[in-house]
Amino acid sequence: MSVEFTKLGAAAIASNVRAGDVSPPDMVRASFNRAREIGVGRDTLNIYLHSDEKASLEEAEAMHERMGSSADAGVLAGVPVAIKDNIASLGLPTTCASKILAGYVSPFEATAITRMRASGALIVAKTNMDEFAMGSSTENSAHGPTRNPHDVRCVPGGSSGGSAAAIAAGVTPLALGSETGGSVRQPAAFCGVVGVKPTYGRVSRYGLVAFASSLDQIGVLGRTVDDAALGLETIAGFDKLDSTSSNVPVPIYRLSALGGPPPDSKSPDTEAIRIGRSPVPLPPPPTSKTLEGVVIGKPKEYFPESLDASIRDLCERSLDRFRSMGATIRDISLPRSPLAIPVYYILAPAEASSNLARFDGVRYGLRVDPGKGLKAMYEATRSQGFGPEVTRRILLGTYVLSAGYYDAYYKKAQAVRTLIADDFKSVFASGVNAIFTPTTPTTAFQVGAISDPYEMYLNDIFTVTANLAGVPAISVPIGRVRRLPVGGQIITGHFDEYTMFRVAYALEAGLGAEAHQ
Amino acid sequence: MAVTREDVLHIAELARLGVDNARADELTKELSAILAHMDVLSQVDTTGVPATTGIGGEGTPLRPDVGVPPMMERTLESFAPSMRDGFFIVPRLATHEDSAESGA
Amino acid sequence: MSRERFEMVVGLEVHVQLKTRTKAFCACSTDFGAPPNVNTCPVCLALPGALPVLNERAVELATRAALGLGCQVNPVSVFARKNYFYPDLPKGYQISQFDQPLATGGFIAIAAKDSGAELKIGITRLHMEEDAGKSIHDRYPGATAIDLNRAGVPLIEIVSEPDIRSSADAGAYLRTLKQILQYLEVSDVSMEEGSLRVDANISVRPQGQSRLGTKTEVKNMNSFSGVERALDAEFERQCALLDSGGKVEQQTLLWDGAREVVRPSRTKEGSHDYRYFPEPDLRPLMLDDKWIGDARKHLPELPDARKKRLGQDFGIAPIEIEQLTAAPALAEYFEAVARASGDGKAAYNWVMGEVLAVLKATGNDLSHFRVRPADLAQLLSLVRDGTVSHTAAKRVFALMVETGKPPAQVAADEGLSQVGDEDAIATWVDEVLVEHPEEAKRYLAGEKKLQGVLVGFVMKKSKGRADPKRVNQLLSTRGG
Repeated sequence: MSVEFTKLGAAAIASNVRAGDVSPPDMVRASFNRAREIGVGRDTLNIYLHSDEKASLEEAEAMHERMGSSADAGVLAGVPVAIKDNIASLGLPTTCASKILAGYVSPFEATAITRMRASGALIVAKTNMDEFAMGSSTENSAHGPTRNPHDVRCVPGGSSGGSAAAIAAGVTPLALGSETGGSVRQPAAFCGVVGVKPTYGRVSRYGLVAFASSLDQIGVLGRTVDDAALGLETIAGFDKLDSTSSNVPVPIYRLSALGGPPPDSKSPDTEAIRIGRSPVPLPPPPTSKTLEGVVIGKPKEYFPESLDASIRDLCERSLDRFRSMGATIRDISLPRSPLAIPVYYILAPAEASSNLARFDGVRYGLRVDPGKGLKAMYEATRSQGFGPEVTRRILLGTYVLSAGYYDAYYKKAQAVRTLIADDFKSVFASGVNAIFTPTTPTTAFQVGAISDPYEMYLNDIFTVTANLAGVPAISVPIGRVRRLPVGGQIITGHFDEYTMFRVAYALEAGLGAEAHQ
Repeated sequence: MAVTREDVLHIAELARLGVDNARADELTKELSAILAHMDVLSQVDTTGVPATTGIGGEGTPLRPDVGVPPMMERTLESFAPSMRDGFFIVPRLATHEDSAESGA
Repeated sequence: MSRERFEMVVGLEVHVQLKTRTKAFCACSTDFGAPPNVNTCPVCLALPGALPVLNERAVELATRAALGLGCQVNPVSVFARKNYFYPDLPKGYQISQFDQPLATGGFIAIAAKDSGAELKIGITRLHMEEDAGKSIHDRYPGATAIDLNRAGVPLIEIVSEPDIRSSADAGAYLRTLKQILQYLEVSDVSMEEGSLRVDANISVRPQGQSRLGTKTEVKNMNSFSGVERALDAEFERQCALLDSGGKVEQQTLLWDGAREVVRPSRTKEGSHDYRYFPEPDLRPLMLDDKWIGDARKHLPELPDARKKRLGQDFGIAPIEIEQLTAAPALAEYFEAVARASGDGKAAYNWVMGEVLAVLKATGNDLSHFRVRPADLAQLLSLVRDGTVSHTAAKRVFALMVETGKPPAQVAADEGLSQVGDEDAIATWVDEVLVEHPEEAKRYLAGEKKLQGVLVGFVMKKSKGRADPKRVNQLLSTRGG
């Protein structure tokens, strides 16, 4: 079973469970067996921070008994899912890979997790990450870095490195991560898996431990585009507990594999597919008409002279594949994108410095009390509880918000952010349906290779603009360089995940096995 | 714009971060280096450009003045560092100030 | 002393708790007096991952307050984070409003202390924010106890222009503001309960100078008179300082009501860099014209309007109107009685007399008062038409207060109906004349002044039920 398990997508697993061919406990066992086989603990790949096999099996047994008519067991029935440790879950701790939340078990659960559970998913683990999602390599975890399953000397990317590695290692077909500046797409690219960041407001942030509130979104990682599409369908949609969540209806993203515009989301047939009673029709193999009429933009700022030649070649191969499927490739410009890193590293730390003020040792988490009064308690708790990168960003953020600097830094960055977003608006208004870029400037680097903070920040150079503009983006494997995975990124307009998935499905089908070579 | 050591100690205090002297020097260098990269923004013309306030022009949603608060499946005691008689307990402010400082 | 050469310049910042059932950003109850930390949830505890959602009623009440104070309500206002560390501020920031508040402009009209002329105290702004929890410093030694029941309760902050020139005017401003907010039904506005809190900014300058002096902030005043005394004390202190050639330092001072002095707060001034930035978890608050228009249309009647109206409709003198309208509940009660009985003067006398006396004695307010306005009005009618005498009426009223029964029923039960029957009165008069032969003889001989005494005997004999007018008439006839 374990070999098949590591190759099955979430939809297929759920379908087998609903049909009664396998049971939820079978799936949990398969997941934990694989975890033991590959090694997810501290001494091995260091993917999992918290898991409880016994509790997960009990939950699976209970679900199995409750299921009654299996056809209604849910669109993710019996699917084991790994969750990044900054998403509040009941049962397993939520520590954000930080000492300051060591042992903290949340008394409430994130809406995204509630929705997954309601669809039959089984939460089997909380995954390692950069502390408070601040990082691009998972080296900033208080529990040591996660190792890239493709090459254990290398990082898996970050900050959702544990979730990406879980997919790459085959321990779960689906995982949730979070994005603020590329933290789902970049590790997806480094680990050779699919990672999607939805439109800002598409998925509820209730229960996502806030890093930068105007940028954060929960993202989905999976083995294939279909896993990511299914995962996103399950968690997306308006949540009254999140004032920034959108009530734009959620289409069935999986249907985009069939090409064409989204079907009527209210029809009973569509509903049956949404809840898992009916399967998605099998998409046809790619042809020269699959992407007919689709215009894909190639922004020159994301293909600089300095871009690694191998990565450039793989991107060109992808663009050729698009052309062969009928798409038109257009050269475009997103002129303010090169300003994105400075803008991001002002705005995100600023919001973070405020969001992390609640970690003060008063109501939960770590408290260090030197016995010298309240102020000393705050300072000792926070200096011992936060790692160096978090400390650095809180200081940076506090500085750019402080009296005398607010206009020059924060206010200025907010305005430039609007310009960056405007570039995307203009491009999509000019008839371009999707934008294609490399996801990252390099493949996974070795643990310890990058020590300069700003050099580490440059890992996000192609991903962070989508967060700043609030547009959806997905990273899809497009090949290997010296056996390390490379990701290609597809970006579309606000709430146009359907087109994003359509193009992603096409690329995945068009590349076939070459995506992993 | 360069950050001075005094700046770092001042903002560390604002952020209750307890940075010691050794670390303060390192941080001064690191922050100055990072901020140097931000200088490019001062050259961008942003006259008349509004700050981003979210996607779409809708206002904040309002909720009715009734209802049940969101779920809490564990008690405060299960995660509070120090509680007594239902209160959260913290060490006294060293410069103990009365209720004048608390509240609005 | 050269105090006369200085002028006091004061601005007041008033925080008012809005009367909502749930908190500003979560559905926790705002009920007062619950055990510590029971009215909490992930949002107001600031647990990791929690998010705020704005209470519609808080917006409604804040808008009502703004309109009632003559402010301009801004169709778009923005929430902002005010960042600072304090144990009763769970998020480490307060959600407030900064450079785009809910309302600006507005004024409160008071009668100036000396001249009595109308003085308009300007209102700079009114904005929405959330309250912090409570820190209790003296319950456990060496520690502070934190109760977050109050954290997240919706507040409005009303900032006045520095237009106030005396402590008496400050008191008048606060009393008028409280009355307006009571009439608008947006808050309990009780300083004792903490639903109204006042901070003052005060500076002094030589008379005639237009430039403002350095201001200090005074906090910790627990009553309106406390505010007045604190302002006077701080004025004295600043004047003395300037007189002796010193300079006023900008600082925060706390009023010590027990010792009647202001003393410096021990928190460092420099630490208050609040690093305001727009709250990213909330979009801007957008109120359309229709919403604001509807709020304006449905504003409860303001104190000034009510005073004018009651004065006109019932012919009541200004000073009496002030007393009647001091609290809206009393004014409403009075008006109901006056309209039902058609006799404003009688209604005034009874409400300000008997009714207030009972409320004072029992310590209750009108919400627990058992005499319905319609019933009191009926009693007034019974007195007017002679069914119940004035004396008996007081007794009837007392029973109405006790039992809640209507007056006609009480009078019938107790046999207190006034008797105007000629024969009955004649009988009583005859009996009295027989029982008191001395007085009778002298009266009938011509000592008119004894009529009152004899009337008194008749009233006593009839247990107050005899109609005194008829008794007098009859005696006069007998007297010849």
